[in-house]
Amino acid sequence: MVDLKDLRRISDHEWEIPTSVRADMRVPVRVFASRALLEAIGGESSLEQAVNAATLPGVVGRVLVMPDVHQGYGFPIGGVAATELPHGLISPGAIGYDINCGVRLLASNVRFADVEGAIGDLASALDAACPSGVGTGGRLKLDDRELERVCREGGEWARRRGYGTESDVARTEGGGVLAGADFAKVGRRARDRGRTQVGTLGAGNHFIEVEVVDEVFDVDAARAMGLEEGFLTVLIHCGSRGFGHQVCTDYVKSFQGAVERYHIRLPDRELVCAPNDSPEGQDYLAAMRCAANYAFANRQVLAHHARGAFTEALRGRTREPHLHQVYDIAHNMGKTEEHAFDGVRRRVCVHRKGATRAFGPGFPDLPPEYRAIGQPVLVPGSMGTASWVLAGTEGSSERSLASCCHGAGRTMSRSRAKRTIHGGALRKELEERGIRVRAGSMPGLAEEAPAAYKDVDAVVDAVVAAGIARKVARLRPVAVVKG
Amino acid sequence: MQARQGHRELGHTADWALEVWAPDLATLLAEAAIGMYRLMGVVRADGPRQRRRLELEGADRESLLVEFLAELLYLAESEGLAFDVLELVAAEGRLEARLEGAPIGSQTKEIKAVTYHKLEVRDTDQGLETCIVFDV
Repeated sequence: MVDLKDLRRISDHEWEIPTSVRADMRVPVRVFASRALLEAIGGESSLEQAVNAATLPGVVGRVLVMPDVHQGYGFPIGGVAATELPHGLISPGAIGYDINCGVRLLASNVRFADVEGAIGDLASALDAACPSGVGTGGRLKLDDRELERVCREGGEWARRRGYGTESDVARTEGGGVLAGADFAKVGRRARDRGRTQVGTLGAGNHFIEVEVVDEVFDVDAARAMGLEEGFLTVLIHCGSRGFGHQVCTDYVKSFQGAVERYHIRLPDRELVCAPNDSPEGQDYLAAMRCAANYAFANRQVLAHHARGAFTEALRGRTREPHLHQVYDIAHNMGKTEEHAFDGVRRRVCVHRKGATRAFGPGFPDLPPEYRAIGQPVLVPGSMGTASWVLAGTEGSSERSLASCCHGAGRTMSRSRAKRTIHGGALRKELEERGIRVRAGSMPGLAEEAPAAYKDVDAVVDAVVAAGIARKVARLRPVAVVKG
Repeated sequence: MQARQGHRELGHTADWALEVWAPDLATLLAEAAIGMYRLMGVVRADGPRQRRRLELEGADRESLLVEFLAELLYLAESEGLAFDVLELVAAEGRLEARLEGAPIGSQTKEIKAVTYHKLEVRDTDQGLETCIVFDV
């Protein structure tokens, strides 16, 4: 366990674990958190996991820890690490099993006050339109040829099939596609699991929420994103489903041998890795990109279903309802990016697990309407609490490898949440607060209770104070749909 | 006095951890499978009994354990099957499993993956014990 006394204070919201803390650390760890959040983080093993990540061969700069961090497996959730190219390591466990788990935000032209009485119907329509729950398949059944197209084209595949617009694809991280995907590197089991799951939400912490824009903090940025106080939005959180889980499972297995072949010593087997430019590393990257593109397509199809549900539930109660995409970001991903290290720009492989990209104004990957304001950063809160729309800052590349928090972050174990919180009572409490709930499993609902998470407002205040993002708007939930 | 074989759920902030103990490796693997199905809230339907044979290899005991449970997760999702009769023979990095079970009637939780996080199969006076962290 890392002792908080070993941390060096950089500012009120930045703390450093120096390499002197453990002999095998190659780089320091930088933690973005208020003192109160830091003390909460210090009570579990996430900082030790960040120190483990700092031992990976080829890691450069610093390992970064976001204020929503919590312990994961191998690499902490809320951790970011860059490795040098071409020889530095790529680690499947440092990206996670749910490859390109991420968040998509759609904003509407519908004023909450005009449809307040219809929110229950809207929740039911979303629940019916978006297949959710354990092992639930969708309406699409894809053969290998079509699945390969999904893996190569990502969001664009869905658009061509009629599930989205050019604007949706342009307003998706990286245009909704990672280059370099090679379907031949995806095993049979992953293909089997992926065939029926495009356009499905899954279970666990994945959800669709209807939210109201509660307060705008940056008028220019909110205008560019089409966010206006009092209007409804839809937030979709999910990833690459069984397809991505199996891709990661397969490569964590095959990398067990790679570690021996490349003489890599690891503090935890879940951190198994191989050099980026090794055959093993290249194969994993090609398969990981397939899963990332699968997830972009998945969220695009779900967005299409959400639009259908909006129209169905609200038609006749308001003017023709319309949902436009604000942005879609990944929070479990490995990407080739360029960042400055001690003033020198280098191409690196950035592992983000439970952390999002957050590029500042001028970043060329952004659609033209966002270039002046910076990349939208979507931070869903825990169920029933606020979610945030932020934007990347000028200094984010240097300060945090252009990375930001991805949510509130758990503080309570699932088993304790299940023991201490009753799903039915929680649902009643949320309904009494005006939040409509459609959930497939009451124990599942209890595990995701707000009490099991940190305060998302405190997390957002910490990243804003640390200068890695700025506030654009706060969203307030009025309906939650879960598997 | 603790039973010779069993399992229990341990606290883990984000994911699930399962402690398993048994007199030998084959029993440990079977017990881990039962514990995993329990975490998933699997209820088997009355449908026709199904049999499967698996042959798996792993460099060590930990790899065999992860391989076996990952295979059961795959069969649960791709074929909708869960097994309640598990006859296992494990020796020298090899596992032969004769499985009998039924279609899954209902399931409350999704397990994304079986991880290697701090995974170690330890020898004890009574046999073996381990702690498995699942990504959920």
